[in-house]
Amino acid sequence: MGGESIPVGRGIEVGVERPARPTYLEVVHSWIVTVDHKKLGILYICNGLIFLLVAGVEAMMMRIQLFFPNNTFLSPFTYNRMFTMHGTTMVFLVGMPLLFGFGNYLVPLMIGARDMAFPRLNAFSFWISAFAGLLLYYSFIGGVGLSGTGSAPDVAWFAYAPLSERAFSPGHTVDYWTVSLLLSGIGSIGTAINILATVFCMRCKGMTLGKIPLLPWLYATLSFLILVAVSPLTACQMMLMVDRYLGGHFFDTQAGGSAILWAHFFWIFGHPEVYVLVLPAFAAANEIIPVFSRKAIFGYPAMVAASVGIGFISLGVWAHHMFTIGMTSFGNAFFTLSTMLVSIPTGIKTFNWLATMWGGKIRFELPMLFSIAFLFQWVIAGLTGIMLSVSAWNWQLHNSYFVVAHFHYVLVGAIVFMIFASFYYWYPKMTGRMLDDRLGKLHFWLMVIGFHMTFDVMHFPGLLGMPRQIYTYEPDRGWTLLNQIVTVGALIQAVAILIFVYNLVHSFFRGEEAGPDPWDAWTLEWATSSPPPAYNFAIDPEVASRRPLWDLKHPEDPDSAFE
Amino acid sequence: MESSPLLFRALYMDPHGTSIFTTFSTPGNEIRGLSFFVLAITGGIFLVVSALLIHVLVRYRARPDDDSEPPQVFGSLQIELSWTIIPILIIVVLFLSTARVLFSVQDAPKPKTALDVVVIGHQFWWEFRYPQFGVVTANELHLPLSTREAPRPAFIKLTSADVMHSFWIPELSGKTDVLPNRVNEMWIDPQSLGLFRGQCAQFCGTEHARMLLRVYVDTPEQFQQWIANQQRSQPELNGNGAGFGNENSASGAVRPVAAVSSAPNKVAGNTSGNQNEPKYGQFVFEHQACINCHTVSGTVASGRYGPDLTHLMSRETLAAGAAENNPQNLEKWIADPDNFKPGSLMPAMHLSDRDNAAIAAYLETLK
Repeated sequence: MGGESIPVGRGIEVGVERPARPTYLEVVHSWIVTVDHKKLGILYICNGLIFLLVAGVEAMMMRIQLFFPNNTFLSPFTYNRMFTMHGTTMVFLVGMPLLFGFGNYLVPLMIGARDMAFPRLNAFSFWISAFAGLLLYYSFIGGVGLSGTGSAPDVAWFAYAPLSERAFSPGHTVDYWTVSLLLSGIGSIGTAINILATVFCMRCKGMTLGKIPLLPWLYATLSFLILVAVSPLTACQMMLMVDRYLGGHFFDTQAGGSAILWAHFFWIFGHPEVYVLVLPAFAAANEIIPVFSRKAIFGYPAMVAASVGIGFISLGVWAHHMFTIGMTSFGNAFFTLSTMLVSIPTGIKTFNWLATMWGGKIRFELPMLFSIAFLFQWVIAGLTGIMLSVSAWNWQLHNSYFVVAHFHYVLVGAIVFMIFASFYYWYPKMTGRMLDDRLGKLHFWLMVIGFHMTFDVMHFPGLLGMPRQIYTYEPDRGWTLLNQIVTVGALIQAVAILIFVYNLVHSFFRGEEAGPDPWDAWTLEWATSSPPPAYNFAIDPEVASRRPLWDLKHPEDPDSAFE
Repeated sequence: MESSPLLFRALYMDPHGTSIFTTFSTPGNEIRGLSFFVLAITGGIFLVVSALLIHVLVRYRARPDDDSEPPQVFGSLQIELSWTIIPILIIVVLFLSTARVLFSVQDAPKPKTALDVVVIGHQFWWEFRYPQFGVVTANELHLPLSTREAPRPAFIKLTSADVMHSFWIPELSGKTDVLPNRVNEMWIDPQSLGLFRGQCAQFCGTEHARMLLRVYVDTPEQFQQWIANQQRSQPELNGNGAGFGNENSASGAVRPVAAVSSAPNKVAGNTSGNQNEPKYGQFVFEHQACINCHTVSGTVASGRYGPDLTHLMSRETLAAGAAENNPQNLEKWIADPDNFKPGSLMPAMHLSDRDNAAIAAYLETLK
């Protein structure tokens, strides 16, 4: 079936033309000037993968430093830079690009469009985000500050003022951090506008709001969140710049400014940002779990409502990062309740996934294996989240390794696992070749073992009083063995990720031909060839249900009869 | 795993540890009780959901010889409602039990017998003040035992001299952030004697990791004794350094360094014994930048930027817990703070070994 597409709607027959082999320069040129959502998606993904490796190396350096108490592998200066760069990189230069990459690639295909609503804005957003990443890393060579304060920001990823003010962070490292986040924020807002416009204006004929696949629905939700949440981040970065260079006093406590103000601004961005990152993971699970359970998603309207609900509630929970900052008891109680409320739509989603699998015929292919691990880990991450929302208990848990373990459970256990699932699921669509199954299985099992060694164990030093962001600890605190297990686990994960990257490269050249629809799936992206032609669909598709390819494959039992 | 009995011991029994589950003060105890309740509920949810997941995976796995599609089910309103309403009920329970602890700890009235303590966070050490007694000390907080018969809770006001810090002694209570340009409040009523350890829990700069905290809970008598000792000021050992220089201390404080470095020659002959070392040490101490940052009450040293050294020898550690307080460490610390705490804001003064030893000898008299 290599060069054909499955006819949809009025019947499409597309042969892929094979033009003469372009020169190397032409290839590079075509990628630089492209406005094609698929190429930009792949650029985003490559950008994210490169920074994933960089930030992974930073994480490994921290873990080596913490292997022994009083270790001197890294100086405190270097260690503080490592965790600042690790956090900032993973959120802004790995998480966002990977999610935008898959979103860019998949949203137009799944709604039967030929491109995003604003292709040039799309290219602009990518290149400015990529530039922001380079700028942040340029601080390693360009950011030497006064009194040798450093060559990269060392103020933690939340850069609490007044530590990030000039009095305490002289030199330019914080400036690189600030400007880089400003620029990447502009890119994110551009992409968010683009995705919203695409989902709401570019859908193919027949795709009413109730028939949009869940992935585009969730991307629309998170784009809305980005619009609301990134603006405060941009605002407070500007305020910080005003403080640092124009003598402002927003966060300058010595002149009457407020440290809490920065915390509010940052977390009004920071908490929705967590959902911006986790909604794509949900989105991928919404597509993968039904296909490999061979059943339609259970409770589609509830899933949409829950996702939009999560989006709204998550705008009102930010101060649960600040239970120890000295809010009144009523303030603490309010944010306890609002945070606990998030668990209701999240619970609905979890149970709907379980119900989708219930009564199905589950195929344990690689995307499904990662999704199952995701489901299990997401439940645990959610439950430790409930523990943290209990504000009185949060006074003990806050800023300890328990919190570090919790958010890595979300970011790695849920998001990274679903990113891996997405790779195994959509890589055949993007490249036309399957990822190697044996390497994939090895990757999966090493990843699961490494993940649980690292992040299950990491909860306990927190309960034993170990705060986060410390470059060393005393030998008599009872944290040594636990930290050593964590480090070994991290090493196993690093090996797993290297195997995965090798698999990506290896299968690109040697992988098995995938064909347009290797998973026997149901959404529109599988209706065109792999990789899809530049115009996606030769003839605009027309759909009558949420699963157009199911209707096509089962004319005797079409979804459109029930929806 | 071999570590599990160890882990159990660490969490519940280690007398020297900092587990949040071995608590000796009312806020800590209340939090611990609440945490067990929440753990029970979340543990129950985890068991139910993972049992369902495993059941689904085993029962509904695809069989190799079966290619047919399963029946397609699109949803059920009743089921959706059930897994919406049951979690809401659980959350009501969780919220109310949290709110009870929250209000009882945060809004507790201050009894008349309460001890006032002021905590000031600095990069990277703690300043403690007892306004009722006029005592200022650093890094090691002494509190009296509080019992049901004689409650003596410590009501603590916290503020910062520079950036954000967080005050955390896991065995007594949760964290309270220490912010510049703001005063936060918390209270603890330690009900067991001994040493309780903790450390700064909000990243505050280079040496955040070595901003350790020690709380000693004393009997009321020991505490009174300790306070009485801390209230004592220290004498000028030898008439403001007379014998090492001609000026008095007022002008001596601004004397150029060159003049100080000539001092050792003058006294080299008559300090073979140790008894003059502290005097000479005080002379160097008071004629160097030391006194710009440090206070020794009763002397000209009245700096506020670094820890109060008036009763340095009553403390068990140096540099906010970075090293044990003994003569060797003290000398090493004065010679170059980077020996224990690279990034500490105390500079190495590049004095001769003899001057460093003399300063250490002087500081050792500050009992």
